Amino acid sequence: MTATQSFYHTPAPPHLTGMKAWLLTHDHKRLGLMYLGAIFFWFVLAMFLGLLLRTELMSQGKTIMDAATYNATFTLHGVIMIFLFVIPGIPAIFGNFFLPIQLGTDDVFFPRLNLFSWYLFMFGGLFAIISLFVGDGFPDTGWTFYVPFSVQNSANVGLTVTAAFILGMSSMLTGLNFVTTFHRMRDKSMGLMQIPLFAWSLYATAWVQILATPVISITFVLIVLERFFHIGLFDPDKGGDPLLYQHLFWMYSHPAVYVMIIPGMGVISEIIPIFSRKSIFGYKAIVWSSMAIAIAGSLVWAHHMFTSGMSDVSVFVFSLLTYLVAIPSAVKVFSWVSTMYKGSIEMTPPLLLALIFIFLFSIGGLTGLVLGAAGTNIHVHDTQFVVAHFHFVMFGGTGFAFFAALHFWWPKMFGIMYRFKPAYIGASLTGIGFMFHYVPMLILGLEGMPRRYYDYLPQYETGNFLAGFGGYLLIIGMVTMFVNLLLSFKQRMPAPVDPWGGTTLEWTVPSPPPVHNFLHKPQIADFPYDFTGVTEQLLQRGGEGPLP
Amino acid sequence: MSAQIDRTGIKIGMWLFLYSEIILFGGLFVLYAAYLHRYPEFFAEGGKELNRIIGTVNTVVLLISSFTVAASITAIQRNNKKQTVGLLLFSIFCGVIFLVNKYFEWGAKIHHDIYPNSETLVSGEPGLNIFFGLYYVITGLHGLHVIIGMILLSVSLVFVLQDKVNAERFSMLDNSGLYWHLVDLIWIFVFPLFYLVL
Repeated sequence: MTATQSFYHTPAPPHLTGMKAWLLTHDHKRLGLMYLGAIFFWFVLAMFLGLLLRTELMSQGKTIMDAATYNATFTLHGVIMIFLFVIPGIPAIFGNFFLPIQLGTDDVFFPRLNLFSWYLFMFGGLFAIISLFVGDGFPDTGWTFYVPFSVQNSANVGLTVTAAFILGMSSMLTGLNFVTTFHRMRDKSMGLMQIPLFAWSLYATAWVQILATPVISITFVLIVLERFFHIGLFDPDKGGDPLLYQHLFWMYSHPAVYVMIIPGMGVISEIIPIFSRKSIFGYKAIVWSSMAIAIAGSLVWAHHMFTSGMSDVSVFVFSLLTYLVAIPSAVKVFSWVSTMYKGSIEMTPPLLLALIFIFLFSIGGLTGLVLGAAGTNIHVHDTQFVVAHFHFVMFGGTGFAFFAALHFWWPKMFGIMYRFKPAYIGASLTGIGFMFHYVPMLILGLEGMPRRYYDYLPQYETGNFLAGFGGYLLIIGMVTMFVNLLLSFKQRMPAPVDPWGGTTLEWTVPSPPPVHNFLHKPQIADFPYDFTGVTEQLLQRGGEGPLP
Repeated sequence: MSAQIDRTGIKIGMWLFLYSEIILFGGLFVLYAAYLHRYPEFFAEGGKELNRIIGTVNTVVLLISSFTVAASITAIQRNNKKQTVGLLLFSIFCGVIFLVNKYFEWGAKIHHDIYPNSETLVSGEPGLNIFFGLYYVITGLHGLHVIIGMILLSVSLVFVLQDKVNAERFSMLDNSGLYWHLVDLIWIFVFPLFYLVL
């Protein structure tokens, strides 16, 4: 065993062999990959569930499933996508793998807790699967589990919210681990303003995970208690108030959308400067905007409830606060675009995906303002417009950031390079399919088609058909991307240490990294995005940089 | 890369966890605040029905046990194993007393047909139903935390006996102690909110 051997050949702890080397590992890199496997499975499953939903809606009346199945399917799609893909996606996979490396250290602070979080994640997923097949089937409440329906209906709500509770624990403990790692494990010579932006974004996210997740935990506990003991805390007949449930629910679930998007923004902040060969514009502004989003984003939850019967004062305050979140988000978008200005841009699949991210996220952000304004909100509340809006942000945003991260760090994680051409084709198809899929929904929503409806009036048929068609295009695109990535295992084109010309620490270690990440003590740059000399280096290496 | 144990780091992790516990209860306190605002008179009425003597005794018991846990941590740092074991046993015993009191308290209430979804509460005033609903949820969750705290203290006790926790390595005991203080602290808020309200 030599020091340069990759972590694949060096189990940690060292005495483990075979499957145990994975299942009992403390190595943050192996855990990251184990999360990747599990999360990828969930994503593909929920993606096809989504396709089934839109296929059902492509024509009026019953197409492929009955109404009850439709309700359970959109709930399942939502629960999986939210709790098993978007929330854990980037932090658990790429955060685990790259946070310690970017900070110049060998692991997270609590490696065993990290393993425990992974098991919690798997158990949560297992619970979700079990709740599908026992009792009266999967809940049809939507992922929000609103009372009174969630308390009264006979489906497996209890088991499903237990699954979500466990997944919340996993997410919270990961956040706790990251905050501690960030403060205590960081290389001693790395000051706060020398930390890569992805690490910063994970830090901001981790705080939201720690501070917001317990609120949803207690809310889910209350649902289970209500189902068993009928206390009546949310039941007007018994003196309760259903609105309070919505408050508690969104107190977590709105900050949670920032848990979903901030790490994605961190990924984009890494990719844009590297392929512009230019230092990131407004490093400090991006750091502060991450923290500002995390803080302001925790104070806007009630904008989900403008039509639920709140006082006008609350509506006004929450609407104003919602607008405030747009400012740090826009700071980031402008910083990315300014970074590219006069840069020597080199097109690669991660950059293409990052650009699609910026485009789609901007649409998502702007439609968010339509929803955040109290007046227009009344008009489009609970319509397909809302569905399109949050898919622009969550899928166009976090989803594409996830794809970008996958293409960006793939060579580092596996030590192999994929082919670019199919990646471009897949990414473009996904982007085009995305627009076909969701733009009709924006229009349908403005025209008044409600969300979560099984059937609709004839005038909505064209829009729904187009959306369904876009859905197929979207899925073909994604499958192309994934197959291309998977084929790289067969082609085995070895990836160099630094295929892109990166400046952060993960590009100074071998691909894939050795078990302790660094062969020598890492050299911490004064500024993490200093590209002086990078272009020359790439040119010396022969030709055009990374192209395989 | 550091062979040294980073005690500060472990503490940071534990404190973050404790914050999350506080927020877990925070969600319930939000409910309490909203409903107190809506039904102040019934909360006062409900509060009078609770047994203040048992509540006070439990408060004192928890405060004393918090002290003995803190003392046991000092004792282990001074390498006084016998004293540590004694103090821990006493603290766990206090936890047991707390739970026994709670058992009698809940038992009496249930005997008077006051429990979630009971005839008296359902057909009675909604405000009282909410008060007792919250009472059972919050004290129940707190009781669960007492049990978890006792388990943690017991595990620490076993580790002390096995010398896995000693004057050099006492993070396990230290953190269990912190957890126990949290249990105590939450009770310090729960007690006045229910027993001494108005």
